[in-house]
Amino acid sequence: MKILVPVKRVVDHTVHLRLKADGSGVDLANLKMSINPFDEVAVEEALRLREAGVASEVVVVSVGPGRAEETLRHALAMGADRGLLIETETMPEPLGIAKTLKAVIAEEAPQLVVLGKQAIDDDSNQTGQMLAALLGWGQATFASKVVIADGRAVVTREVDGGLQTLSLPLPAIVTTDLRLNTPRYATLPNIMKSKKKPLDRRALADLGIDVAPRLTVLKTEAPASRKAGVRVNSVAELVDKLGEAGVI
Amino acid sequence: MAILLLAEHDNSTLADATARALTAALQLGGDIHVLVAGANARSVAEEAARLEGVAKVLLADAPAYEHQLAEPVAALLVALASSYDAVLAASTANGKSILPRVAALLDVMQISDIVSVEGPKTFKRPTYAGNAIQTVQSADPIIVATVRTAAFQSARQGGTAAIEAITGPDSALLAEFVENISVKSDRPELVGARVVVSGGRALGSASEFERLLLPLADQLGAAVGASRAAVDSGYAPNTYQVGQTGKIVAPELYIAAGISGAIQHVAGMKDAKIIVAINSDGDAPIFQIADYGLVADIFTALPELEATLKARAR
Repeated sequence: MKILVPVKRVVDHTVHLRLKADGSGVDLANLKMSINPFDEVAVEEALRLREAGVASEVVVVSVGPGRAEETLRHALAMGADRGLLIETETMPEPLGIAKTLKAVIAEEAPQLVVLGKQAIDDDSNQTGQMLAALLGWGQATFASKVVIADGRAVVTREVDGGLQTLSLPLPAIVTTDLRLNTPRYATLPNIMKSKKKPLDRRALADLGIDVAPRLTVLKTEAPASRKAGVRVNSVAELVDKLGEAGVI
Repeated sequence: MAILLLAEHDNSTLADATARALTAALQLGGDIHVLVAGANARSVAEEAARLEGVAKVLLADAPAYEHQLAEPVAALLVALASSYDAVLAASTANGKSILPRVAALLDVMQISDIVSVEGPKTFKRPTYAGNAIQTVQSADPIIVATVRTAAFQSARQGGTAAIEAITGPDSALLAEFVENISVKSDRPELVGARVVVSGGRALGSASEFERLLLPLADQLGAAVGASRAAVDSGYAPNTYQVGQTGKIVAPELYIAAGISGAIQHVAGMKDAKIIVAINSDGDAPIFQIADYGLVADIFTALPELEATLKARAR
């Protein structure tokens, strides 16, 4: 069984974000970029399934700029078998990404696609569900446990009221929550090895998919900022302040 | 404009999240229909009909909708969508799972987590863990959007909408329900609670989390939340997690106990009216956004706070 894991290159989660003064967006110049943390969990889960003998090959794919090769190399250093970069300088929206991944899946024919539940830059939480819909496959979002057996994926999901378990026929789409696993560190020998692993590059423009954006970002602004208030010296003083504020 | 709003419910009760999403729908304006997809869910439809501003309730009552799985509910919404200019749902686990499927099947781009309605096709939504608010305009013929419930007040009671029973299309059974493991609580729902008491990793264990936070929460009539670190460490169930990838809350009072204030946590609570931080580390980032900060050992401060509130209530 082949597992496909789409990964996205995003601003590292530790970076302090700067907005452009003219409201046109986020200033991405010279920022540290990393694999989307949810996608790293997805790579780890696929590797564990391969190591358990459930899967035979883990293919990672990224849709993005040429430098997204770094993101794919990171996944290859973790242990993925090969990478595919669909190059584009303008990042498509989740709908365009889902259409692109559908085309990749038509060629690669994986039995399982594991994606991060959301990317920490646009926070959309859409691509996996959209891909499942376009393929007519079942989906299990926000996974905290994945078991593959007898041609089915049994997935425990983190939902609002607790946990929910679903059983899906393969092929299927799973999106990961952070508690699914703790991703491994890439060791130095594996980082060296990853440089020689196969990585194909193709231009998104050559796939003939309409990924024209549907949304126009009119403005990007900082949220209303909160100022630090006052320090209180005791619990009694805190309770007095809360009483004055009328919240207790 | 005609708007279809998907109801969030458990087959017996309508969730407050729907009343909040309805407020966003009312700001768009027009004829608002609420879809209740469930099994033996007439009581939910009756509740929805009593919300002010609802023109009609559509009740799709069938075993296939019992667990509101994404595949059948999305197929139902797609079958109905041609009569509407907008399809909305609250940004709940269900809404987030179902609506992108609907959007893809309609070939439109979903707008996730709207926090304000700026025009018929223009919305504000948070990105980068709430650190960059985008104003986006859709060029699609139909709006598909999820609503961040913490950003909208609940719509009022007082409606008398008609309930119309409908049947959905047959769809292939893809995902099968196996089980739910629900975290039961007599405390208020985290999302929508007036007061939230949250604990972090500093609490040190599940038993200390319970011993220190629950009595304080009960004294305040508060919901209980947790940082991701506390949930990852097993001190609290996943349903308690507040933050970028957990629940988004905007209570009147948020008490963060032993929480350092990582931006991913702050993303879930920074719209609270009053934030209280109690932490032994005076340099913790949580103090930069707290209205009232108390540098203290939570193991003594939390019981003292509970006792002081109890004495005050007498």
